[in-house]
Amino acid sequence: MALLRTYIGRWGLIAMLAALPVFYLVRDLTHGYQAGFLHGHPVIQHDLSRIGLNVVQGLSNGAIWSLIAIGYTLVYGIIELINFAHGDVFMIGSFVAVGLWGTFGLGLSTGAAGIIGGLLLTLIVTMAVTGSLNVLIERVAYRPLRNAPKLAPLITAVGFSFILQNVGLLWRGGSPQSVNDLVHQGNTVFNISGVPIERGYLLALATMIPLVFALGWFISKTRLGRAMRATAQDPEAARLMGINVNQTISLTFLLGGMLAGAAGLVYALYQTNIWYFQGFKAGLIAFTAAVMGGIGNIRGAVLGGLIIGVIQSFSDNRLSGGEWTEAVVFGYLILIMVLRPRGLIGEETREAG
Amino acid sequence: MSERRVGEPSGWGELRAQLREWRAAVDSRLPTPPRWLGGRWSRLLAAVLIVIGIVLPFAFSQDSGFIDATIKATALAVMALGLNIVVGFAGLLDLGYVAFYALGAYSLGWFGSDFFFKAHVHVLVSGVAAIESGIHLNFLLILVAAALICAIAGTIIGLPTLRLRGDYIAIVTLAFGEIIGEVAVNGTDIHIGGGMTLTAGNLGISAVDSPYFPGIGRFNLLQLRPWYWLILGILFLVLFVNLRLRDSRLGRAWIALREDEVAAVSMGIPLVKTKLQAYAIGAAFGGMSGAFIGTYFTTVNAGQFQFGFSVLILSMIIIGGLGSIWGAVLGGLLLGYINYWLLPDVLNNAPSKIGLNFQLTSVQFGIYGFLLVLVMILRPQGLIPERRRKLEMTAEIGAQDAELGEPMATQTSGVAS
Repeated sequence: MALLRTYIGRWGLIAMLAALPVFYLVRDLTHGYQAGFLHGHPVIQHDLSRIGLNVVQGLSNGAIWSLIAIGYTLVYGIIELINFAHGDVFMIGSFVAVGLWGTFGLGLSTGAAGIIGGLLLTLIVTMAVTGSLNVLIERVAYRPLRNAPKLAPLITAVGFSFILQNVGLLWRGGSPQSVNDLVHQGNTVFNISGVPIERGYLLALATMIPLVFALGWFISKTRLGRAMRATAQDPEAARLMGINVNQTISLTFLLGGMLAGAAGLVYALYQTNIWYFQGFKAGLIAFTAAVMGGIGNIRGAVLGGLIIGVIQSFSDNRLSGGEWTEAVVFGYLILIMVLRPRGLIGEETREAG
Repeated sequence: MSERRVGEPSGWGELRAQLREWRAAVDSRLPTPPRWLGGRWSRLLAAVLIVIGIVLPFAFSQDSGFIDATIKATALAVMALGLNIVVGFAGLLDLGYVAFYALGAYSLGWFGSDFFFKAHVHVLVSGVAAIESGIHLNFLLILVAAALICAIAGTIIGLPTLRLRGDYIAIVTLAFGEIIGEVAVNGTDIHIGGGMTLTAGNLGISAVDSPYFPGIGRFNLLQLRPWYWLILGILFLVLFVNLRLRDSRLGRAWIALREDEVAAVSMGIPLVKTKLQAYAIGAAFGGMSGAFIGTYFTTVNAGQFQFGFSVLILSMIIIGGLGSIWGAVLGGLLLGYINYWLLPDVLNNAPSKIGLNFQLTSVQFGIYGFLLVLVMILRPQGLIPERRRKLEMTAEIGAQDAELGEPMATQTSGVAS
């Protein structure tokens, strides 16, 4: 019976996730879609290029969610805490990045070399800032509660989330602000059979992929990475083996915060607008992604992020203009929790049973 | 063997003695309440507080801003009592409590205004409400309806969380709360026939009916005392139910589930029923308070139903002391006053006085977040701790447990497991 549920759960989840794209794919092919106007007449096409565009947009959105989701998954993997403030660390990352552009004098008139150099520098500084911020939050809000019931750090996490949001609110005001489109993210770089690939898409994926591989290398190959894995498996035993558990946990928060900072920079470049509330929604979406992939699992977080990105893109572009997107994403979250709490490729945890 | 009774298998006397020993060990570790809180004095204190509560509005004018804040704070205290059942008693961290505020308020919007203008239903109402189109029920009936709707919604929200534990419950309830908020905003797109929509979105259902009671008349916002006594009555009712529930079989079942789910279930506590009852009852109180807030604010607006509200209510019961009924009331009133009186009326312009360019109300949630962190770190058991919780939350006990070889933090409570 349990075995049955396992398989129904996995395939049920996959079928559920595929439902939206497949529905629109069939619809585009059979009913066609309006691709534009030619001499005042609507042009109806019956091909896959619109679906392709949705998917590509979704993947690049998803790359950002992936970076954030890894932060959730790393922290959850090691101390079984939903780091509620993580989304807001991402938001602070965006704000710091945009602030740094001003400091470095990056503007629309800066040359290509200047932009690339400046953005790399921004990336490094932003990652350092958000990483340290995350470590600081852990030190102040979670470490003193290491032995308290698990409810306690979750509540301080919610508290810190609100503190950071209000820092953002005081920093840049209550409404979304548009920022300089430094990389001209809307420019088409090349076409793949009618699907225009814009700079923004490439940028998001080109930031995410190397970072994820670097993280994978760090965790699987280095000594500190091994300490992280050991601590995640059994903190008590890890301590007995001479691992400094507190330091390892700080390291985990540092890595998660750094990735959130990178995501913040990419988000600012790609969406070209930032506001203090972006972190709350991004955090929930990324958390959904982490759960979808299987929490505690980095590959799962990346996969989940990309899938959520695609679902979100379909919902934004096809389902009445995005106003229901949040409900769709959370609906999926609840369905995952019901069908398969351990996610697509996750292992069974005690919490999710 | 001396205690062996007739017909009892051998060895049971020893077992009983062992059990008594454990029981004594547990009792000795439970902190005793301070003397002034026990027995006669607490009853006297409660009586005095109740009397003060009832006569309080006579000390202020009918349209006093302080009474206005008190009414709102009391309504929030009712919500805190509702959430306390779910989070405090049953240990199910609910981050989507705003859903029940929304549903309660919409119950009022639906059944106490001309929003469903195609319908003509009037039950025990007077004045404009008796003539207008729409559904107009007496406020008490709306309270019942709100409680019922929220209880059903609470059960539905509770169902998917039954298999889950800990943080996952928090996330699922949060997701539900956000979905309901989104439905409230986009409800203008949901047509239910006859040109009517489900909600009025951010425009709000306004001109909702004020409460009307035969013999008292219709309430109006120029005379706040009746409103005050109404919400005070609701508070006393909810408080009474809470106190009775806590000591009931159901209440003890909740606490048992919170402390150790596996042990509780193996002792024969029906998991599904008990948990769902917690969700349903907690939600019902939230709905009643939501309906009251709806009529008091004279509008039901989708913009009110934000995640921040859930956190505000959660902060109340955390600050008051999780699982503690008096703590929930105190925390509710405290944060209610901070929210509706201290920040907007007293301290709002304080930052500008020291040269900062913002208003305190704009960062109110940051302040609550700060309070949450502060309380959790400095006094995790809250202002008026519940006996059992205090034990769990304080560090010395954790150390004792470590000495005993079983860290309590890893084996207690549904939330904490």
